[in-house]
Amino acid sequence: MSASPALLKLDEVTKVYHMGDVDVHALQGVSLEIPEGEFIAIMGASGSGKSTLMNIIGCLDRPSGGHYLLAGEEISTFDRYALARKRNQTLGFVFQNFNLLSRTSAVENVELPLLYAGLRTSERHKRAGAALTRVGLGDRLDHHPNQMSGGQQQRVAIARAIVSNPRVILADEPTGNLDSETSGEVMGIFQELRESGITVVLVTHEPDISAYAARVVTMKDGRVLSDRRQEPRRRAPAAAAEVSA
Amino acid sequence: MNILQTLRVAVLALLRNKLRSFLTTLGIIIGVSAVIAMVAIGEGAKARVEESFASMGSNLLVVLPGSTSLGGQRGGFGSMPTLTWDDLRAIRTEVPTVKYAAAQLRVSAQLLSEEQNWNTSVYGTTPEYFAVRNWPPSLGAPMTDSDVESGAKVLFLGQTVVDKLFGPNTDPVGQLVRMKNIPFEVKGVLQRKGQSPTGQDYDDAAFMPLKAFQTKIQGGLQQYIAGVIYVGADSPTTTTRAQQQITNLLRDRHHIGPGTDDDFSIRNLTELASAQEQGTRTLTTLLASIAAVSLLVGGIGIMNIMLVSVTERTREIGVRMAVGANPTHILSQFLVEALTLSIAGGVFGVAIGLFGAGRLAANFGWPVLIRADIIVISVAFSGLVGVVFGLYPARKASLLDPIDALRFE
Repeated sequence: MSASPALLKLDEVTKVYHMGDVDVHALQGVSLEIPEGEFIAIMGASGSGKSTLMNIIGCLDRPSGGHYLLAGEEISTFDRYALARKRNQTLGFVFQNFNLLSRTSAVENVELPLLYAGLRTSERHKRAGAALTRVGLGDRLDHHPNQMSGGQQQRVAIARAIVSNPRVILADEPTGNLDSETSGEVMGIFQELRESGITVVLVTHEPDISAYAARVVTMKDGRVLSDRRQEPRRRAPAAAAEVSA
Repeated sequence: MNILQTLRVAVLALLRNKLRSFLTTLGIIIGVSAVIAMVAIGEGAKARVEESFASMGSNLLVVLPGSTSLGGQRGGFGSMPTLTWDDLRAIRTEVPTVKYAAAQLRVSAQLLSEEQNWNTSVYGTTPEYFAVRNWPPSLGAPMTDSDVESGAKVLFLGQTVVDKLFGPNTDPVGQLVRMKNIPFEVKGVLQRKGQSPTGQDYDDAAFMPLKAFQTKIQGGLQQYIAGVIYVGADSPTTTTRAQQQITNLLRDRHHIGPGTDDDFSIRNLTELASAQEQGTRTLTTLLASIAAVSLLVGGIGIMNIMLVSVTERTREIGVRMAVGANPTHILSQFLVEALTLSIAGGVFGVAIGLFGAGRLAANFGWPVLIRADIIVISVAFSGLVGVVFGLYPARKASLLDPIDALRFE
């Protein structure tokens, strides 16, 4: 192992789903190294295995074969409790449909990971407030999801993902339910997060969105088809926050 | 995540569906209030029976003389005096389980006060009799041994007799009451004792010391007792043994050989009381088990709604798991929700049960007895119902796969 190992290291990872009598090989040997602080987009058509890869990277699922090291730890042997702890402390999720708890205020949604981390109420509230401010929603702490636009809801979800200071943010089609203007703002926030040192793994099928990443991995039939670096498209994050605030 | 935070999350989740939570709890509320009210009624009935038996006397045995048999015509118990004063002394001194023994002689007589007259039962007895029957005076003095020895012409009146001769709420102590034209001084008024289990008024009676009774009212029968013997055993558990020992003693003293009938009989009122008590206890158990069944139905209601809730909130469970909830977090969240429903039901049920029992007591005059332990047991049992019926849905939630849960529509 090298002096500075990759934060995420997948080595010949396979995943097989048993659907009745049929075995579906969702991943057929994926090897990938993602160093800390990288903004990487995983692309591919539906059925290419990109979501399965995302679930494994996100510790929501375990590989059927191969090795997955997250911050030097072998994940494939972890039980449900250890996986939950990893998701809580090392990872943050952003979903296409936001997945905020309804009838729950923005700040309480953002506090959720801290609740499971066992933080005190005052500390939770402070940190959730700070996270919401960071995504430009410092004045909407007590708003409920149904009082917010899609872009605002996704910002709440991003605040929830970053509130426990994770090392990796996993975003699964984060702009799928947003218009292009709002999508640009959200991508700007991701770029800003990357600049602060957080590794961002983005799953998308839209080239426009993957353009914001510095590295694009394309999947096909459960394998890595291509892995290339590019000059990311820029968007001024400060301006983005102003527009939607 | 500590228990308070879990509880807060649970309560908030339940408050989101207020009506549904209330209806679910209603099953437990009805079950618990039924248990509380039913047991209160059953215990009240039991207490009333116990009270009426206790008012007869504690650990009471009554020894009656035997029957006559003249030319094939057999008289009832007490038709022939067979018990002697020596028998009474022997019962008192030779039977270890006997605490008190006293003769009770009886006539029916007309009593006259200054204004009124009243026919009642007049008894001649000794101070021990009042100890056997737990019957102290409420006014004046108790009967003493010197009253008996001196043949004092004093009377101790039951409350009913006082009401009839002197009027209610009067103090007749020191007044004169004439009986067979002999003046007796009222020395004491006995506490109100109420009705016997058969409805007889205990307070419609007057008592005088044995010697005065024998010399002034009813000439004696020399060595025979023209009445019955009241015996108090030293504890409820020894009453039956005392009965056996007295039987053996009297058969021995009366030279009754094996195979021959007793020439006396002993009534054991403790046995009668415990039989009655057994009856009311069966009633209580029956009522309580019917109520417990409704509690069970309430539990099934909780399970049902928790299963619905888990399905409805599958996405929420997925989100919670994604941000770091482990299976124990999810399990405890749903378990605490079920527990909150059932314990809230238990607490409201206790309140309504107590209220209902109180209304029954107030409106229908039913005897109602609230037992603290039943309240504690009811609430604890409803909590247990919550755990038992909440565990399966909660476990189902905790075993959800996070990916499936997040994708659930």
